[in-house]
Amino acid sequence: MKFVDDVKADVTTDIVYMMCPMHLLKLEEQMKELEPGQILEIMTDYDGAFEDIPAWCSKTGNEFLGVQESPEFFKFYIKKGPR
Amino acid sequence: MKKYYFDHVATNPLHPDVLESMMPYFREEFGNPLSVYEYGMTAKNAIEAAREQVATLVRAKPAEIIFTSTGAEANNFALRGIALARQNEGKHVLVSRMEHHSVLNAARFLEKSGFTVTYLPVDKSGFVDPDTVKKMITKETTLISVIHASSEVGTIEPIKEIVKVAKEHNILVHTDAVATAGNIPVDVLDLGVDLLSMAAHQFYGPKGAAALYVKQGTRIVPLIYGGIQESGRRAGTENVPAIVGMGKAADIAAAELQMRMEYLRPLRDKVIDTMANVERVYLTGDKSNRLPAHASFCVEYIEGEAMLLLLAAKGIFSASGSACSSKALKASPVLLSMGIPSGLAQGSIVFSLGMGNTPEDVGYLTAEFPAVIKRLREISPYSQGWGDKEEGGSCTVKK
Repeated sequence: MKFVDDVKADVTTDIVYMMCPMHLLKLEEQMKELEPGQILEIMTDYDGAFEDIPAWCSKTGNEFLGVQESPEFFKFYIKKGPR
Repeated sequence: MKKYYFDHVATNPLHPDVLESMMPYFREEFGNPLSVYEYGMTAKNAIEAAREQVATLVRAKPAEIIFTSTGAEANNFALRGIALARQNEGKHVLVSRMEHHSVLNAARFLEKSGFTVTYLPVDKSGFVDPDTVKKMITKETTLISVIHASSEVGTIEPIKEIVKVAKEHNILVHTDAVATAGNIPVDVLDLGVDLLSMAAHQFYGPKGAAALYVKQGTRIVPLIYGGIQESGRRAGTENVPAIVGMGKAADIAAAELQMRMEYLRPLRDKVIDTMANVERVYLTGDKSNRLPAHASFCVEYIEGEAMLLLLAAKGIFSASGSACSSKALKASPVLLSMGIPSGLAQGSIVFSLGMGNTPEDVGYLTAEFPAVIKRLREISPYSQGWGDKEEGGSCTVKK
């Protein structure tokens, strides 16, 4: 897993405490709104996202930048790929 | 015998238009809202339309409405969900002594789970004093829950002022608006609350549908885990017909709110004014700042249950305290918290009016009730005074 700590996101989505698989549904919904090259930050407490989000990125042609850990939740960073 | 229903805080009859709006979802539109084909989409669209109607009733955004099954669930969800979500910031919760059991017992659960709960005292009318709230806030406080209006005594609490105090300390405020939403204007932006509970059957909607307003951006730990219904915050296949009915009831309530209040207030006042002339009958709650259809009293030297039985024999249906307290034959903690002596609190009676009550119905009530009191006092062992019973019970507040 790639860990990062200073990524600047264009859009943030807070889904802390929302149940699985909201992390994938929100991810898909938010990415549709972004322009290629823009970065999405997803805040979640769901550890299954460590597996699911990078997998979703490789399947859909988006770039998984990494995750930032904090005591309560995680911040995942995803860069929108070219159309 | 004609029936006179004066217990609308227990529940309301269904509005005929509400029932009609629900029927297709019992019959042909039976789909699961999560299904991706037509049946599912129809059900999903119906729920989203209802969400918009309920949001409009309290001036919220549709995404801020989470449907639950009952008001009790909404209250449990608010207390446990926020206390848990914010436990790293603090583990102290404030709740008032006017709360419904679904808030009080959720607070007790939090106490058993390592949280500290402070119970806010109230004055003789049942008001929570915002200055008292201020004094009881600690650095650990994350949530304050104060009922919007008590269904037992009708007093409407100063929620806006309590929110003002809370916001100075970054504390979230929940209000149980089950007795008010759909009955008096409830505006989440004006009140400033972060969470608000409401239930459909309190405004001529069906049982089995309720909602919790959660202000956008507020994190809340789910009460029920499972699928991604309600944006992953409340799992379980939705009660589609009931939710549709709640939406319709909210729509009608929003349109008829002023008319309903103007119709009910004079009827309520007639009950209150008549009873003011009966000896040793005391109005409970505040006289002016109270629910428009709510008249509650404590009748000295008589038990509430005895009054209910004799009234029921005359076709009049009412309540003694909360539905829960009535069943348990227990003096209401709400009345005791207002300083009403336990003996007198046993003589509690609540008449809550609704749109099905006519002025003639109220005339029948105001003619029959004093006669019931007279008859019961004739046979009451305490008609000459409480004697040593006045001391009874650890909850007794001496006059």
